[in-house]
Amino acid sequence: MFVEIEEIAKEFGTERALHPVSLSIPSGALIALLGPSGSGKTTLLRILAGLEFPTSGRVLFDGTDATGMSVQERRAGFVFQHYALFRHMTVFENVAYGLRARKRHERPTGAEIGRRVNRLLDLIQLPDIGSRYPSQLSGGQRQRVALARALAIEPRMLLLDEPFGALDAKVRKELRQGLREIHDTTGLTTVFVTHDQEEAMELADLVVVMSMGRIEQVGKPSDIRANPASDFVRSFTAA
Amino acid sequence: MSDVAHSVHRATPVTTEPRLTRRILTGTVVALVAVLLFAPLIAVFAEALREGWAASLEGLSSPDAHAAIRLTLIVAAIAVPLNAVFGIAAAWAITKFDFRGKAFLITLIDLPFSVSPVVAGLALVLLFGANSWLGAWLIAHDLKIVFAFPGIILATMFVTFPFVARELIPVMMEQGRAEEEAALTLGASGWRTFFTVTLPNIRWALLYGVLLCNARAMGEFGAVAVISGKIRGETTTMPIMIEMLYNEYLSVAAFSLAAALALLALVTLFLKSLLEWRYADLLAATRRH
Repeated sequence: MFVEIEEIAKEFGTERALHPVSLSIPSGALIALLGPSGSGKTTLLRILAGLEFPTSGRVLFDGTDATGMSVQERRAGFVFQHYALFRHMTVFENVAYGLRARKRHERPTGAEIGRRVNRLLDLIQLPDIGSRYPSQLSGGQRQRVALARALAIEPRMLLLDEPFGALDAKVRKELRQGLREIHDTTGLTTVFVTHDQEEAMELADLVVVMSMGRIEQVGKPSDIRANPASDFVRSFTAA
Repeated sequence: MSDVAHSVHRATPVTTEPRLTRRILTGTVVALVAVLLFAPLIAVFAEALREGWAASLEGLSSPDAHAAIRLTLIVAAIAVPLNAVFGIAAAWAITKFDFRGKAFLITLIDLPFSVSPVVAGLALVLLFGANSWLGAWLIAHDLKIVFAFPGIILATMFVTFPFVARELIPVMMEQGRAEEEAALTLGASGWRTFFTVTLPNIRWALLYGVLLCNARAMGEFGAVAVISGKIRGETTTMPIMIEMLYNEYLSVAAFSLAAALALLALVTLFLKSLLEWRYADLLAATRRH
């Protein structure tokens, strides 16, 4: 699915989180929203997911207006910063949640749900943890379960909020590779938010550098390195 | 990636106080609990059983005592579920949404804690009594609130309103909105999210709030005393009946009923402990990670 963001602005009370920003996300791309805290990158991601609604502007999915579409209708797989796994459910139940939440006539049978959950647990290379609770998992395992849960709903796109933020350096590297592989396997349009320029540059096809609620530059990692559009981009990506 | 986080953390001692200090502190607490909480409770039961089980049971078996016990249980059975629903709604609104007047709403919820129950009872009498505009309208339509069952319910609900909300607000505040948002992105409706994510996450705080609310609802005296009119056998709840019996020097009957009331409260506490013990493993596993 391709996504177009047209002149999206967002205000919280009197505070401007996003000045009107526009961006095109090609179908199947892996995009990084890169910027320091307060740059508006998470707000933009949440607007794509339908968790926030813009003060003005439009969002288009595959060319049709999705601005007022509810979060449930959007079917965006969302991985939260601290994963937000349901702590009172097992890993299996967590991953199955989105399938069980479907309307009766769209809901797979119990056996089919079981098959799909197990296939996803295989995909994240954690086939044997279905009966555990989130509190019994390491940070890296939780992140991968959150990814499997988001993928279970057969999302139209994948949105990740600082997916590696809470992990140590070694696990981070492994999971970066894991996300790349999952992206390449599923072909899903994927947007992730990060404040780590190295992560953005290494992983993304296209990097969107943001600052103070504005998009500073959009480009391939190599282009941004070679031709930074502003002093901010130069200093931020040099870090 | 086979590292499994330990869900149980063994506490390492960080206190360095000498043994004597610790003993004195612990001893003081035990002595205080014994004198302030345990001794009076024992005294009630001892007084109730002073003339033996038979006399005590006889005190409980009068029609008035039966009526009081029945009324107290019915009042709790109505007021507690309603306050549980209101408490959940209030805590949900306060912790999951931002709106104008939120601080004021929190203050309002605490109001019954700061207002004396007698004042609350008087306020209800003024509002619904025969001398008020609303009271006159109610009388014209043959609806009795003051000195009747509905008044007792209103007074009990007013006094016990904060218990559930007060238990839930800090828990829901701490848990944040992320899990609910996750459920929504996975396609769950608002109601489904509430029943499958929010409610299970707050169930222990809710249970605790409901138990406290229940204990207070059964034990409320001041507000109910004012609004009930103390009509023997009709609007006398257990606490009011106890006071009436005590004033009539029917000591054994009074203390038997008091012991029964205390026992009801103890049963609720026992139930809570039982549930905690029964689900200890699940509790440990689902604590905040």
